Amino acid sequence: MNFSDSIVSALRAIMANKLRSALTMLGVVIGVGSVIAMIGIGEGTKQKSLENIQIMGSNMLTVMPNWRRGGVSGGPTDNPTLKEEDIVTLKREVPMINTITGVVQRRMSSRNGNKTHFTQVVGAEPQVALIRNATKMWQGSWYTFEDEAMSERKCVLGFTVYQELFGDGMAEGARIRIGNQNFDVVGVIAYKGGSGMWNPDDQIYVPLSTAKTRLMGKTNLDQIMMQTSNSDLMIVTQGQVEDALMATRKNASGEPLFRVMNQGDIIAQMETQTKLLSMLLAGIASVSLLVGGIGIMNIMLVSVTERTREIGLRKAIGARRETILAQFLLESTVMCVVGGTIGILLGLGSVAFVAQALKVPPVVNTQAIILAFGFSALVGLFFGLYPALRASSLQPIQALRYE
Amino acid sequence: MSLIIDTKHLAKDYVMGDMIVHALRDAHVQIQAGEFVAIMGPSGSGKSTFMNLIGCLDRPSGGKYFLNGQDVSSLNDDQLADIRNKYIGFVFQTFNLLPRTSAIKNVELPLMYAGVKNRAERAKQALEEVGLGQRIHHKPNELSGGQQQRVAIARAIVNNPVLILGDEPTGNLDSRTAEEIMALFQDMNRKGKTVVIVTHEEDIARHCKRIIRFKDGRILHDGPVEDPVDARDILRHMPDPDEVITADFAV
Repeated sequence: MNFSDSIVSALRAIMANKLRSALTMLGVVIGVGSVIAMIGIGEGTKQKSLENIQIMGSNMLTVMPNWRRGGVSGGPTDNPTLKEEDIVTLKREVPMINTITGVVQRRMSSRNGNKTHFTQVVGAEPQVALIRNATKMWQGSWYTFEDEAMSERKCVLGFTVYQELFGDGMAEGARIRIGNQNFDVVGVIAYKGGSGMWNPDDQIYVPLSTAKTRLMGKTNLDQIMMQTSNSDLMIVTQGQVEDALMATRKNASGEPLFRVMNQGDIIAQMETQTKLLSMLLAGIASVSLLVGGIGIMNIMLVSVTERTREIGLRKAIGARRETILAQFLLESTVMCVVGGTIGILLGLGSVAFVAQALKVPPVVNTQAIILAFGFSALVGLFFGLYPALRASSLQPIQALRYE
Repeated sequence: MSLIIDTKHLAKDYVMGDMIVHALRDAHVQIQAGEFVAIMGPSGSGKSTFMNLIGCLDRPSGGKYFLNGQDVSSLNDDQLADIRNKYIGFVFQTFNLLPRTSAIKNVELPLMYAGVKNRAERAKQALEEVGLGQRIHHKPNELSGGQQQRVAIARAIVNNPVLILGDEPTGNLDSRTAEEIMALFQDMNRKGKTVVIVTHEEDIARHCKRIIRFKDGRILHDGPVEDPVDARDILRHMPDPDEVITADFAV
């Protein structure tokens, strides 16, 4: 019996037992497919989160009131606030700040005709465009320093807001309602491709003074955002910002009432979140892998009796031990390879599909593919060979009478 | 005439728990080429054990066995596989065809293990010889019991073995089909094949030329059959299967 005979008879055995073969392959398909899909989606989400940070702006430092420390031990000095004067202090004390703006923000509803959209309204001076990498426009331009000085009711839309309110029409020059006031749209920021909580496309920018006095009625700032001149000296700059603010913004026990976040902090925060997600998905994938493996095992073990008799017969009519082992090895290999290939294709397909739906980059993790394929193939080969290993060492009559 | 089967002190013991069962003891049997032998005996008499030993499906615990002049008791498993492939054709009570596999592919199996080239042609010939030339692509579940046994016989003869062994080959068949199968065996025998079958039915055994009776693991009697039955005569006098059914309804 030569090799091509073995291949042909292995294929014939697979085709002759379609259900058994299909179920075995299904185990491999599920195992391999799910691992690839889950890992791919997890990795994609992670990459996307990191991209989002870049989209948000570079060399950015953000000062926020430290609510965790404030308001606990009581007294007016404990109220964590940020004020316009802090910006003046920072400009004076920290020379490495390129641009700086105070920010107030609130989630509000916006409306154009009968279309409404609930979104984040950000009040900031026009230089926020530089800080947040939002100078590229789809339509129109940013509001000006004059608008800022005059507290004009003008606004710039993020791309998602634009799509929600205008579809793909002309927004520049249109008048929309934010809260209960009319605003003139002066520009639409080009699509940045963000997603999730920090989606920079889902925002409306209005002049800071307008937001404070006319829209939100705030006197204090929610945030101070700045761009530093040198990314290598980010940490130094951050220290200087902290020192400058500590003079006025600390409580009675000397603790700061603010905190300064740089991009690294935000990245770290996001990485923790996405890592959790990745681990969750990997967990689901390993369960699927296990379930697939158990599926393969069950099918193989259920057919042991039938297969043992088959081996007995084959031996009775003259098959040698290695011929039988070769046949079973080939059978299992073919099924694992076919099942694994289908699984890889399905996995990649679902990665592509989900990636598109979630707008995350499709990521293919070769290690995951190798691991999942290897595991399924091992299980498949072992349980495929198992009846052959046992039965081929029996005397033919014992195998023939196996029950 | 040459000796096909020659056993000397052939014995087989089984260990069951802490007991040793002597399934076969001290069997001396010589079967010449061209013989047609029935092996008979009640269950547990050792007849099947003897059959498995001379078919090289099992190994003896003691004694010698010469098949076609070759001492096979000293061969290893792979050599035995080759012996079974080359010299012996098996017909089992339960047919033992590969399920979901066509008749011709089943018959081709021994040829494949022998490494023969023109397999399809030879398998087709063998199937024609047993009268199944029209059904070579049928699968076992599309064939009647008698037809399945014919496929098994075709598989047994396709490698042109010197010895055909039948283990209760008619045990699962109705009497008319059994007679047809016996006619086939007799036909093979007339063409020069040595045939040995195990059976517990006297009617079937009387088709053979010689009967060896076993009891309690020993040979009880070994002698020729006076005036063996010719299956063709019986079939000629048997009612057509359709008529049998009609007769049943008449009662």
